[in-house]
Amino acid sequence: MTMIEAPTTAHGRPVDPYRLGRTDLATGHGEAGPASERVIIAFGFWIFLLSDIVMFSAFFAAHAVLQTATDNGPTGRELFDPSRVAIETGCLLASSFTCGLSAVATNARNLFWTQAALLVTGLLGLAFLGLEAHEFSGMIANGVGPDRSAFLSSFFALVGLHGAHVGVGLLWLGTMMAQLFVKGFGSILYRLICFNLFWHVLDIIWVAIFTVVYLIGEGR
Amino acid sequence: MKFLGNLSWDAIPWNSPLPLIAGGGVIAICIAIAAWIVLAGHLPYLWKEWITSVDHKRIGVMYILLGLVMTLRGFADAILMRTHQAYAYRADGYLPPEHFDQIFTSHGTIMIFFGAMPLMIGLMNFVIPLQLGVRDVAFPTWNSTSLWLTAAGALLVNISLVVGVFSRAGWLPYPPLSELEFSPDVGVDYYLWALLISGVGTLVTGINFVTTILKMRAPGMGYLRMSMYCWTALASNLLIVAAFPILTATLVMLTLDRYLGFHFFTAAGGGNMMMFINLIWAWGHPEVYILVLPAFGIFSEIISTFSNKPLFGYRSMVIATLGICIISFLVWLHHFFTMGAGGTVNAAFGIATSVIAVVTGVKVFNWLFTMYGGRIHYKTPMLWALGFLVTFVIGGMTGVLLAVPPADFLLHNSLFLVAHFHNTIIGGVVFGAFAGIAYWFPKAFGFRLHEGWGVAAFWFTIAAFYAVFIPLYMVGLLGMPRRMQHYDMEMWRPFILAAMVGIFLFGVALICQVIQLVVSIRQRERLRDETGDPWSGRSLEWATPSPPPIFNFAVQPTVYGEEPYWELKRRAIASQQNEGRYEAIKLPRNNATGFVTGFFASVIGFAMVWKIWWLAILGLVAAYAVFVWYAWRDIPEEKISAEEVARIDRAHRKSRAEWLARHSEKGNMA
Repeated sequence: MTMIEAPTTAHGRPVDPYRLGRTDLATGHGEAGPASERVIIAFGFWIFLLSDIVMFSAFFAAHAVLQTATDNGPTGRELFDPSRVAIETGCLLASSFTCGLSAVATNARNLFWTQAALLVTGLLGLAFLGLEAHEFSGMIANGVGPDRSAFLSSFFALVGLHGAHVGVGLLWLGTMMAQLFVKGFGSILYRLICFNLFWHVLDIIWVAIFTVVYLIGEGR
Repeated sequence: MKFLGNLSWDAIPWNSPLPLIAGGGVIAICIAIAAWIVLAGHLPYLWKEWITSVDHKRIGVMYILLGLVMTLRGFADAILMRTHQAYAYRADGYLPPEHFDQIFTSHGTIMIFFGAMPLMIGLMNFVIPLQLGVRDVAFPTWNSTSLWLTAAGALLVNISLVVGVFSRAGWLPYPPLSELEFSPDVGVDYYLWALLISGVGTLVTGINFVTTILKMRAPGMGYLRMSMYCWTALASNLLIVAAFPILTATLVMLTLDRYLGFHFFTAAGGGNMMMFINLIWAWGHPEVYILVLPAFGIFSEIISTFSNKPLFGYRSMVIATLGICIISFLVWLHHFFTMGAGGTVNAAFGIATSVIAVVTGVKVFNWLFTMYGGRIHYKTPMLWALGFLVTFVIGGMTGVLLAVPPADFLLHNSLFLVAHFHNTIIGGVVFGAFAGIAYWFPKAFGFRLHEGWGVAAFWFTIAAFYAVFIPLYMVGLLGMPRRMQHYDMEMWRPFILAAMVGIFLFGVALICQVIQLVVSIRQRERLRDETGDPWSGRSLEWATPSPPPIFNFAVQPTVYGEEPYWELKRRAIASQQNEGRYEAIKLPRNNATGFVTGFFASVIGFAMVWKIWWLAILGLVAAYAVFVWYAWRDIPEEKISAEEVARIDRAHRKSRAEWLARHSEKGNMA
């Protein structure tokens, strides 16, 4: 390192080189140099998740606008099955819990329990997706698909977008489990952290869907 | 179901010679270049050192190349429109309506998404890590992926020139015109897939740079010691992260409408067209600040460097930048005052719009006060900055005029509006890109651009700008709407003819730019920058040789003040000449992930446009395979040994010492 002393006054305080009246050249304002790889990866992934939430919020806004635009077709009250939605919610919340358990096992570097927790997470996610697919296919078979009304368009798009995220997450999860099986923890520790963040965010979005789409939709 | 979906020989416009000849010419040039590369044996070098590169400097250069080529393409559209309208007085002109509509749509789409965006992102790529004093961006492979996704979108737009048609619905495809019912051909689909793909690339860029700027800075570089360009880039990338997902969501909704019969924006089924206009401008207004904020940063650097003074009012500049960042999200409705929001809502958005002008005014005064009392050097970058100051202020004032709803009711969709946004985008973003290219060119390639031809290009550009757009302002005030294929009003004619003369002046300016580049390359030995600091700069990128070594800094710099390099020079140039303790440097390994992703994205986009479902599925499976292949790699980094670092750094120190010996110290360090 090229060590250059900071210019200081006799009292050891840094001087203001341009006489601009600033003497606050103290440390503690992000002056510690580049962050660690772990921090950079997790931070970047958080920024991505925030952008994803913005994308969802556009679909939420569209649904809020179009929730009553049923074009004389069926409303949410006639279409939604609260018990199925409750089971879906249960599956997803439980999978978030087991995903958290996998993080605990990863921190203890326990390969078996990590894999076991990830497997349960994936199975619960699959169950959720299966229930959602059943709901969608039933509605489309009854002629109330996304082309029936603007309300149903926004419903299928918003809930389907969340489902697509769950599906991509499962693909990612499967790939990581295969990699864990072949190579052990090695280089994918940070990816496991990212997956945990991703899965929990999907849960948060589901809570919003549960409230905005199903609970409020039931009341319409 | 047909094997190639809707694709057939009818997609080639056999009976319209213009696109056929243009497309054929472009294809011939591409084949010629490709043949030359392969036959001359440049392909391995190009593949290893550029196409698969994850080095932010090379990615930046490739972005700028893409931006320049696509700006040229958009400029060709501009020439067509201006000459066509000059003919189309009480006549049909030479472009039939369905072709004219494609021209203005592709002009806007290309200039914003594939001209201005790559230019701005390219400059950020090249400069930001150097100014932060670090080795690369946070996610180098993603950076390469961003580039190639953007290129994939640009490719799709260009394919539409020859295979099928492009959108005729304007650069923002308002429904119901853009819906399947009224635009049944593939034009809007090309637009949608090109923008969906390149939009993902831009979003990843935003994530990358926010993370880089917030989490990777040289030791000692606190937030308030970053250069102004880093601040504006941060604000711009925050806007990308917050706004581009809205664009993606909106375009996905329109895609669902067109492909699967959804009813988001249709006239039937309860759809809501105004929702599209609200959503698209919730992205669209921040977008103009995504473009212009980095340009503000470039001008801040240039004005301070060529005035030999620190930037005036650094903190007010930071506050103004972040103010614009936030307020830009609160003004979107001013794009459609006429569409029935009501007086109260219009007033609120009109006031918010005027407030942005106040914050921007803070910046303008700061630039003026930076120059006040400074020793100003009128080099090409500084000329662009001065041209920007004058031109942009005019654009800002017409913007404030348009922000007044009653005035907007008269000027909405007129050529006055067209002149206004060209005034701010050419005067702000394009001048900023040219200024930045002239300013950082010696850093990127090791030699300066020829000054005389640069000055000529500047004067022709600014003359051309006023020659085109002052008449358009006037004819807009006379009531001429935008996008007219033909017209009968005699009083409009002289202004349209004047604007046509202006567009030819732009052509002259363009020729000057090309000559400048050729002359500079031929005279590169005379123009060589041996010191790494040709302009007596003030930020860290000038502390490293030109062109910088792959690792940017042999020894990671430590920062003690706001203008780190000026500080280094001021204290003792001698201390810079002390060798540091060299250490081995780890760098990410070049890899083809980005290029292959871009390739499959192009395939998927093309397949979706023509509804070749099997090809789209194949592309998705291939994309997943690339993901697994990338995830499975074991050694993502390579090491550069301490000896190698020392060797490269000592060579630079030697050439710098020789330069210093040849020149008086006073001349250099003034």
